[in-house]
Amino acid sequence: MDTPEYGFETLAIHAGAAPDPTTGARTTPIYQTTSYVFDDVDHAASLFNLQVFGNIYTRITNPTTSVLEERVAALEGGRAALAAASGHAAQLLVMHTLLEVGDEFIASDKLYGGSITQFSHSFRRMGWTGLLVDPDDPDNFRRALTPRTKAIFIESLANPGGIVIDIESIAAIAHGAGIPLIVDNTLASPYLCRPFGWGADIIVHSLTKFLGGHGNSIGGILVESGKFDWAAGGKFPALTEPTPSYHNLRFYETFGDMAFCVAARTVGLRDLGPALSPMNAFLILTGIETLPLRMARHCENALKVATFLESHDRVAWVSYAGLPSSRYHNLARKYLSNGAGAVMTFGVKGGYEAGIRLVENVSLLSHLANIGDTRSLIIHPASTTHRQLNAEQLVASGSGPDVVRLSIGLESANDIIRDLDQALAA
Amino acid sequence: MDHDYYPEDLIRGVLRSVRTIAMVGASAHWNRPSYFAMKYLQRKGYRIVPVNPKEAGGMILGERVYGALAEIPFKIDMVDIFRASQAAGPITDEAIEVGARVVWMQLGVRDDAAARRAERAGLTVIMNRCPKIEYGRLSGEIGWLGINTRVISSKRKKGV
Repeated sequence: MDTPEYGFETLAIHAGAAPDPTTGARTTPIYQTTSYVFDDVDHAASLFNLQVFGNIYTRITNPTTSVLEERVAALEGGRAALAAASGHAAQLLVMHTLLEVGDEFIASDKLYGGSITQFSHSFRRMGWTGLLVDPDDPDNFRRALTPRTKAIFIESLANPGGIVIDIESIAAIAHGAGIPLIVDNTLASPYLCRPFGWGADIIVHSLTKFLGGHGNSIGGILVESGKFDWAAGGKFPALTEPTPSYHNLRFYETFGDMAFCVAARTVGLRDLGPALSPMNAFLILTGIETLPLRMARHCENALKVATFLESHDRVAWVSYAGLPSSRYHNLARKYLSNGAGAVMTFGVKGGYEAGIRLVENVSLLSHLANIGDTRSLIIHPASTTHRQLNAEQLVASGSGPDVVRLSIGLESANDIIRDLDQALAA
Repeated sequence: MDHDYYPEDLIRGVLRSVRTIAMVGASAHWNRPSYFAMKYLQRKGYRIVPVNPKEAGGMILGERVYGALAEIPFKIDMVDIFRASQAAGPITDEAIEVGARVVWMQLGVRDDAAARRAERAGLTVIMNRCPKIEYGRLSGEIGWLGINTRVISSKRKKGV
């Protein structure tokens, strides 16, 4: 039988999973094991040499985690994926595979504050320089290119909320320079945005957010399109040159369109160690089965809340790309045609102090540092998630002193609105 | 025959029906892609016969190496071409000559004129694919590396 093109909802439930070959278990089992037996010495050698497919050690592969990887690869329309302990770990594995000491990458300055800190401080200590530019003008990326630039990194829908990035234009700039475009698709999820269709080469996710969706498991993943030519410019020796830790195997020559994930797994994940636990992989897989239903309701509720806030007399402004007043509304219609997501920011009149008062007076929304939960969440970034940033970076990242961020959950929209209304009045 | 897209039944049918595969361009070096493919396919029960003039008379993975397809003294079901596209035409003609049923050209290897000649002679031709990857994909094994197999099934997986 020929493979039909399955719909997104079907892939969210079935991709990567099949009944367990031994027991017939229909749900993917949690393979809670560290290691796997070898048939014989030759089989062991073949596994270590990457000549046969199979499991050695859960730090590198695990049968539960591999179902998650294949499922996210399918939902993104990618060739392969590699899960990691967190979104930050996935970003580390991507950069470790792409960059040598002294290399640079250019990132949007409108990113999750934790990514800006990772890029500006911890990556710098490894000899990797992440330059931050304003993504609202894609030409800013072109102007920042140097011969050492090896990648461009953006978020499709930026955190804090309401900012949509022109993926297609930035992809063209990256490809003109012979480098890949990396897109963090966490806030949109593949239900709302499919960055490979707009020219992205690598996608990263915090699985912790909408993919897992229930606020119970930390995880991350990277996905490769399989379309980038790693050899063309000679810029990526870890993929094209002999690898000393694999007896001089060349990943791109040997694994072709899946070389990036194989290298990130068998060198990066093997040596740096941030493996996802099988239990978390199972919980995230279960979450993904309802991703389409959840995202549709997240977007519906978020638009109702954004519309309510925009008309509230204690609210100075609302940034949500689903509102016609948003400067990003046209980009959202292009890149986020199924909805503008669950995350938004708004400015509360009265600045820093009013922001703190609001988050301390809600009783249904939860004041915590996460997004993409079934529960509605609220945070004042300047006093929490983004407090590592200086005043200039705070404003650049959309987290000025008056900014409050919401991640709208799946409760009754009226209850979310009533809670915000009473807390704004407090 | 559309060589940009192969139905899964065609690939499955080839992998289920062939047993003896001549691998032209098989390398004796363990870290070369052809060695990877040969070792994998041997473990799946295929007999792989290496063909490589530079290694003729020697042994690779327990099998004698021949200098050309015509020198192999027994029947070959399939010829797997692990050489550049420019070399694929003459090898395809030799494959027709020795009575192979299938010509398979590796990832990146394609010669449409040679494919037409082979098809006219009644052979099945697969181009720009790797039998190891296809076996791994259709059996689900390659999913263990997080690769998107595009296979969806509510049945237990057993081989290809």
